[in-house]
Amino acid sequence: MLWLSYIMQQKYYSVPKDENEGGLVLFCCSHQATCVQYRLVVRDVSTLQILQLYTCLDQVSHMEWSSDSLFILCAMYNRGLVQVWSLEQPDWHCKIDEGSIGLVSSRWSPDGRHILNTTEFHLRVTVWSLCTKAVSYIKHPKACQKAVDFSRDGRYLALAERRDCKDYVCVFVCDDWHLLRHFETETQDLAGLEWSPNGCVLAVWDSCLEYKVLLYSLDGRLLSTYSAYEWSLGVKSVSWSPSSQFLAIGSYDEKVRILNHITWKKIAQFEHPAILDSTKATVYKEVEKRPAVGSDEMSLHSITIGTTLFNTQSKYEISPLPVQIPVVKPDPDRANPKIGISALAFSSDSRYLATKNDNMATAVWVWDMQKMSLQAVLEQTSAVRCFQWDPLRPRLALCTGNAKLYLWSPGGCVSVQVPAEGGFQVQSLNWHCSGDSVILLGKEQLCLCYMDTDQEDK
Amino acid sequence: MGEWWTTETSMENYEISSISHVTMSPSRRNNLVSMYSFPFSKSSYSELSAFCIEDNIPQCISYINQELASLGLSSTCIEAISPGGTGLSTVPALNAMYELLQIHRRNMCNLEELEREHLRKSSTLEHVQMSNTRLKDQLELSIREKSGLHETERQLQLKIKTLQSCLKTEKDEVQKLQSVIASRASQYSHDAKRKEREAVKLKERLSQLLVDRKDKKLAIDVLNCLGRADGKRRHWKTTKATSSHENEMYKSLLSDYEASQRSLMLENAELKKVLQQMKKEMMHILSPRQPSIRGATADESQEQADLDGEKGGDTSRESLDQYCEHAREQLTNSIRQQWRKLRNHVERLDSQASQAQNQLESKEVIPRETHEDEMERMRCEVQQCKEFIHAQQQLLQQQLNTSFDDETAALLNDCYTLEEKERLKEEWKLFEEQKRNFERERKNFTEAAIRLGREKKAFEEDRASWLKNQFLNMTPFRHRRRCSSSDGQSALSIRSEPEIRMSSVNGQLAKSSTYTTFSTPRPSRSAPVPSTTELYRTLRLIPDSSSSRHSNRGRWPECSNIEDGETRVRPTNGLRPGDMSIFSLGEDENSLT
Repeated sequence: MLWLSYIMQQKYYSVPKDENEGGLVLFCCSHQATCVQYRLVVRDVSTLQILQLYTCLDQVSHMEWSSDSLFILCAMYNRGLVQVWSLEQPDWHCKIDEGSIGLVSSRWSPDGRHILNTTEFHLRVTVWSLCTKAVSYIKHPKACQKAVDFSRDGRYLALAERRDCKDYVCVFVCDDWHLLRHFETETQDLAGLEWSPNGCVLAVWDSCLEYKVLLYSLDGRLLSTYSAYEWSLGVKSVSWSPSSQFLAIGSYDEKVRILNHITWKKIAQFEHPAILDSTKATVYKEVEKRPAVGSDEMSLHSITIGTTLFNTQSKYEISPLPVQIPVVKPDPDRANPKIGISALAFSSDSRYLATKNDNMATAVWVWDMQKMSLQAVLEQTSAVRCFQWDPLRPRLALCTGNAKLYLWSPGGCVSVQVPAEGGFQVQSLNWHCSGDSVILLGKEQLCLCYMDTDQEDK
Repeated sequence: MGEWWTTETSMENYEISSISHVTMSPSRRNNLVSMYSFPFSKSSYSELSAFCIEDNIPQCISYINQELASLGLSSTCIEAISPGGTGLSTVPALNAMYELLQIHRRNMCNLEELEREHLRKSSTLEHVQMSNTRLKDQLELSIREKSGLHETERQLQLKIKTLQSCLKTEKDEVQKLQSVIASRASQYSHDAKRKEREAVKLKERLSQLLVDRKDKKLAIDVLNCLGRADGKRRHWKTTKATSSHENEMYKSLLSDYEASQRSLMLENAELKKVLQQMKKEMMHILSPRQPSIRGATADESQEQADLDGEKGGDTSRESLDQYCEHAREQLTNSIRQQWRKLRNHVERLDSQASQAQNQLESKEVIPRETHEDEMERMRCEVQQCKEFIHAQQQLLQQQLNTSFDDETAALLNDCYTLEEKERLKEEWKLFEEQKRNFERERKNFTEAAIRLGREKKAFEEDRASWLKNQFLNMTPFRHRRRCSSSDGQSALSIRSEPEIRMSSVNGQLAKSSTYTTFSTPRPSRSAPVPSTTELYRTLRLIPDSSSSRHSNRGRWPECSNIEDGETRVRPTNGLRPGDMSIFSLGEDENSLT
């Protein structure tokens, strides 16, 4: 197997325990920032050497690299403060105080010179310019799943607006925050909006009470409306393919519908059945095997490397069809039932689509977009926490809250033990933009995992 | 009394007869029956009055005549020999009687028949009644079933009704619920809107308040302002800028559309290429097969020719299509046509293939058929040959038969018979010889038999003499010389004295020289003094005594003597020992019985 040839270089270091919140870790292309409480540490990605150390005014709730990786934004929501640090000029500093109006969200604009702060109660969005110290307000932003989205080229900002009990979309030019378009959408209760990667089409979807997806052109024309069904709970997640060719819509009926970019009609529908039979897909089932420990081995060996005792080995086995995937029936009395497609992700080459059905939490489904069919199913032993595609290659990394990293590629599937001490549990993961390393985040530790690309190239 | 009766009866009879006259033809039987029943009843009525007495003979005669006339026997009229006399002229009377008897018999026959018929009828009636009852039962049963079914149907209908009502109520409920939901939804949305408005108002107020407070905190504190990422200066917000934004937007849109159009064009071109290739390949596929198809059928070749003609046009059109975008319709049309043709062609090929297959199959069948034909033919030939042979044989036979009369044939025949005679003679000779042999043997047999008979006679004489001696010796007791030979005698002897037997045995032992071997066990038993037990045993007679003589097969010495005689006979008449033994045994048996 290709995957076995990978040599994993793992460097880990422990993060001091934090009472309130885990440390924040952030990647940019060359740097990695960690922040514990009010201390911000910037390290080099390849060597993990400390480059800069900053001290913030309060406990940092959120931090973000600017697009050019020159600045780092640290938001302290409970103080309503935002601090910006420069990597090039360590003595440069910037502090934005939102005052008593409060702060719930802070983000960089794509140009890296403006900061968008959303005030409490979504009263307004304040746009601060670091160039001119100018401030501008955007009123009536909508509090919803995804109310703000920048187009990928960073030229336009789409913002959902609620005014007179009606949904509007504002399109701003990010250059000078000029309101380019302002139009009302045909939604009952807009839940989110997302630009197509080419920045010409805006997908807008209604809240889960109604299955409705609207597609608007950049100039505000309604291109198409799509609704698969009525009455029952509708859209749960939406994702564009990087090529802007497909729009994948995951819904509460455990199906993914793929719309094409020419007619905006459904071209495929991916179902997630509990019993898989007569499919060409490969079903990888994670099998745990506990290390057989002899009585004499127990005495010394286990104490010295006690961590491995907790970490059971596991491997993937290709299970023969038919396969029954464990299903958890959601409680119908509770809101936001754990059913339906909650996560959708296209691979960087738009070739594969990874999905996760909430009532089959242990399975990740990978679909082939060329054949429009199921390619593989990864059945884990525990619930999948997070999965992410390699930004360059068709390679999927996922974690399930244990000390293992799982990788899938069209060639196969592998489970890698993280050689960390203590009960390291991978809660989430992040690919580096170069695609040759993954950062694994535990509760108290983080671990960097480097892929040996030379081996792969062979 | 008698007079009165007669008149009475006559009166009645008249009436009956008149009636019978009237109803003679339709129902003769009834009449007859009634007429017959009358005399019986009368006779049973009174014994005193007879029909005919000395005094009323003429009346009787006349009455009878009348009756006979009424019966249609008018031809025979009973007459008295002498008027007033008692005698009757016998011939008519007998005739009348005969007639009457005939009628009677006929009637009886009729009666029997009727009875039979009656029986039959009654049986059928019974049958019919039975079936009737059965049918009635069935009817009842079915009626009951029907009622049951009716009941169930009624119940089902009731159920249906209830279910329908349930459904109706459910539907109503659903409708109600729907309306409730709708009202609630509208209420909810209304409330939500109200709340939202309030919230908006609150937010407005809040922001106003915050703005009014002149919050000093709300500020940005930057060490020094940054340059733009692209290094440009910031634009002024002018109409020019807005228009430029618009332009940029449209530009990007346009570029996007252009990009998409380009990709579509590319795709289109690809598809066109594929189409062209397909076309070429189609042509390529279709063209080399034309001759073979032409060879197949005439009309097909014609069609093909048409196709060719069109194809020529198509090829000329192709070049047009490549350059002219507007000729898309033509292109699609041509493609469609070609496709249709190809399809037709393929279908034709299919059908041809199937035909070919059929032909192949039929070819496979034909040899079988020919085979069978051949077989049939061969069989016919064989039959013919057989018939031919048979005819020849018959002809030969006929010829033989016909030539029997001919003298030449007779001569030939004689030749055959002579040969036969010779053979027969030889056989006869053989037979004669055998016969002679048999005769000789028979003679021998008879001689042997005679000799045997003589010897037997001698033996009988011997025995008789011996018996006589024995008997004579028996009367004086305690004589030890002789012993009884036959069973009965022995019994007698034993009854007289048991002692004798033992002694006689002893005596015999001494006497018989041939059975010396048996002498050894004997003395041991006979030696002790005979007791009462011995006596009883002897009283129980032969079996015990025979059992006492083990190895002599229960035979008395006399028998052994006979055997001895036999053995002596055997060597004397020993021509054919097997046959002789049989004969001797037979004789022996005779002698014993």
